[in-house]
Amino acid sequence: MENVLQQQQPEKIKPPVTHIGLVGWAKANLFNGWFNSVLTVVTLLLLYKTVPPLIRWAFINAVWKSAGTGCREATGACWSVISANYRFIFFGFYPYDQQWRPLVAMLLLFGLLFYSRNRHHWNKYLGYGWIAGLFVMGFLMKGGFLGLTSVESTKWGGLPLTLLLSVFGLTAAYPLGVLLALGRQSEMRGIKVLCIVYIELIRGVPLISLLFMGSIIFPLFLPEGVTINKILRAQIAIILFTAAYIAEVVRGGLQGVPRGQYEAAESLGLNIYLTMRLIVLPQALKIVIPPTVSILISAFKDTSLVVIIALFDLLKTTQTVLSNPKWLGFSREAYIFIALLYFLGCFSMANYSRKLEKELATDN
Amino acid sequence: MRVTDTHDNILNGSPSEKIPFWFDPRKRAIIYQIGVFCLVGLLAYYLVNNTLLNLKRQSIATGWGFLHKESAFEIGEHLIPYSAADTYSRALVVGALNTLKVSFVGIVITIFLGTFVGIARLSNNWLVSKLAGIYIEVMQDIPILLQLFFWYSLFYEFFPSPGQALSPIQGVFICNRGLILAVPEAQTAYKFMLAAFIVGCAGVYFLRRWARRRQAESGRIFPVFWVSAGILIGFPLITWLSFGAPFKLSIPELQGFNFKGGMTLSPEFIALLLGLVLYTAAFVAEVVRAGIQSVSKGQREAAMSIGLKTGQVLNLVILPQALRVIMPPLTSQMLNLTKNSSLAVAIGFPDFVSVANTTINQTGQSIEGVALIMAVYLIFSLSTSVFMNWYNKKVKLVER
Repeated sequence: MENVLQQQQPEKIKPPVTHIGLVGWAKANLFNGWFNSVLTVVTLLLLYKTVPPLIRWAFINAVWKSAGTGCREATGACWSVISANYRFIFFGFYPYDQQWRPLVAMLLLFGLLFYSRNRHHWNKYLGYGWIAGLFVMGFLMKGGFLGLTSVESTKWGGLPLTLLLSVFGLTAAYPLGVLLALGRQSEMRGIKVLCIVYIELIRGVPLISLLFMGSIIFPLFLPEGVTINKILRAQIAIILFTAAYIAEVVRGGLQGVPRGQYEAAESLGLNIYLTMRLIVLPQALKIVIPPTVSILISAFKDTSLVVIIALFDLLKTTQTVLSNPKWLGFSREAYIFIALLYFLGCFSMANYSRKLEKELATDN
Repeated sequence: MRVTDTHDNILNGSPSEKIPFWFDPRKRAIIYQIGVFCLVGLLAYYLVNNTLLNLKRQSIATGWGFLHKESAFEIGEHLIPYSAADTYSRALVVGALNTLKVSFVGIVITIFLGTFVGIARLSNNWLVSKLAGIYIEVMQDIPILLQLFFWYSLFYEFFPSPGQALSPIQGVFICNRGLILAVPEAQTAYKFMLAAFIVGCAGVYFLRRWARRRQAESGRIFPVFWVSAGILIGFPLITWLSFGAPFKLSIPELQGFNFKGGMTLSPEFIALLLGLVLYTAAFVAEVVRAGIQSVSKGQREAAMSIGLKTGQVLNLVILPQALRVIMPPLTSQMLNLTKNSSLAVAIGFPDFVSVANTTINQTGQSIEGVALIMAVYLIFSLSTSVFMNWYNKKVKLVER
């Protein structure tokens, strides 16, 4: 008797086809209610109108490899504006036969970034590794030793310059930002006011005004005979700008450390320096890692503004290609390509930041 | 015993032993501050001194005298009358007004688009939600300057000359001279309609106050929304009708190589507006989404359980709470839009930075020029933060 029952049981009644699988999913997510159904249909219609022509333009009718003339007759995109000029777009005026050097420097940077992705690799030695790596990158770009010919920084350009400005900018701005944040939290009124004025002043003005200051006024600040090159001036402007934003982020972290931690540190007899170094900052800086990545993303995007003061970053090299009569009229393709590069960079950083946020949240 | 003794003495502020001043945190703080101020002062002195020497050597005269000189450059778009014979100061005012114009229009459109995308992101329609997500992600991750260049390039490369202008809707033309729209011709009645609208706004304000007080006293609800809408639309409409309903469309027509009539929006303006709006809307969408999600589900359920209707739930319970979360980041996004409008200089829209830049190039007064740029943007940001502080205090959660 029991046996018969048990044999009958496995024949479960399946849910109706309208509740499972693709149909069920579509019903639950696309056609629940008349409003959503209309919305879905309208959206699908819009997609049908826009996506196929775009695909035809970007892929099917596109020209991938040709010298300018072949593009003129094509009905699709002319991607050969990229394939014919990619060396210039990526490296700018860097001497053609030496371009392996910025390439190696960039690979080194990507390698370091990739290695640092894993939180278990974060230790003192990685920090030293980064410092050493940044120096090696600088030397590779600059040259002038070990048989490498010296390359003037005025010839630096393209992607290496974009990365250099953002990564060096963030690295140098970080300590300054932390100092400013500590100053803003300080009980010494004078220092507090000074820091607030600096932070609010910088955050109130657009980056472009600082870049103008760097490129036009900064030379006036220096004594006679001393000159700093254009890239460094832009770099200083970016550092001063980024530091103010980092300061605000770090302040958020400092406020996120519970009051009890300060009091506990004080009751142990630690002075303010030790309290900050051993107790508060390690916790605060951990909290602010995800927003710091957001600042890196902003810095990466914002470096494109150096176009306006005529530095040859990725965007400017692209525009230089586009001003060549041979490639006149293919801005869309070139800009879409550059946008894709920026998107990939920012998107992977943003994703990483989100992942990190989740990991750090569970740890606490 | 002795230890407690000293301890008490320190607490009482009368030390038996003399404590060296570097162990006293208060005195130490003063010394630190003096030190920092000296350093900053020295740095400032050094920079100013160098600058003055350099200016002297290059024989650049400082001062604001140049503001009263003739500017001798044209500005394509101006809200107030302007010609090349006017002074630099007027040119700068024209630039500042252009910045305000593009920021204001941009902010209004951005709030609508951003709210729309933010709500779409929360939609339970999978397709709509995913599309909104893609929009947000893509727009946030592409530099605004690149977007500006892209939209601008459409005008000078993609759109045809006025002769073959595209006309997606009747009365709207797109060509490489910009966007040309059919607009109603100016009538005197419109000024009175505007006045009627402003009067209507004031009326609505007092009506709301009255309705709220009456509801607090008697519990009766006054249909404020519908009556307000009636006032706001009705007042201007009555004015318009009383003037005999004057209406005449100014329709753009091709004459020679350009359009006559209608309203022309320049390619620079459109590209700048498009870039700013599409970029900032992605951030605003995230802000709106976070704000709506921050109101806990229990609030909606509680509101419904005490018998409020859907509209009331939204108006009286959800929105006031969501707005409290939304407003601060929203304002900072609006400020970002205003600051980003300075990128107009890259595509040639005559905003404040662009005009100031031309002024710097013509006069060589770089310090004054950059100082002006910074001052103008600081005024924008500081006035906004003053307003925000006032608003935050007003909507702050009253905790008991």
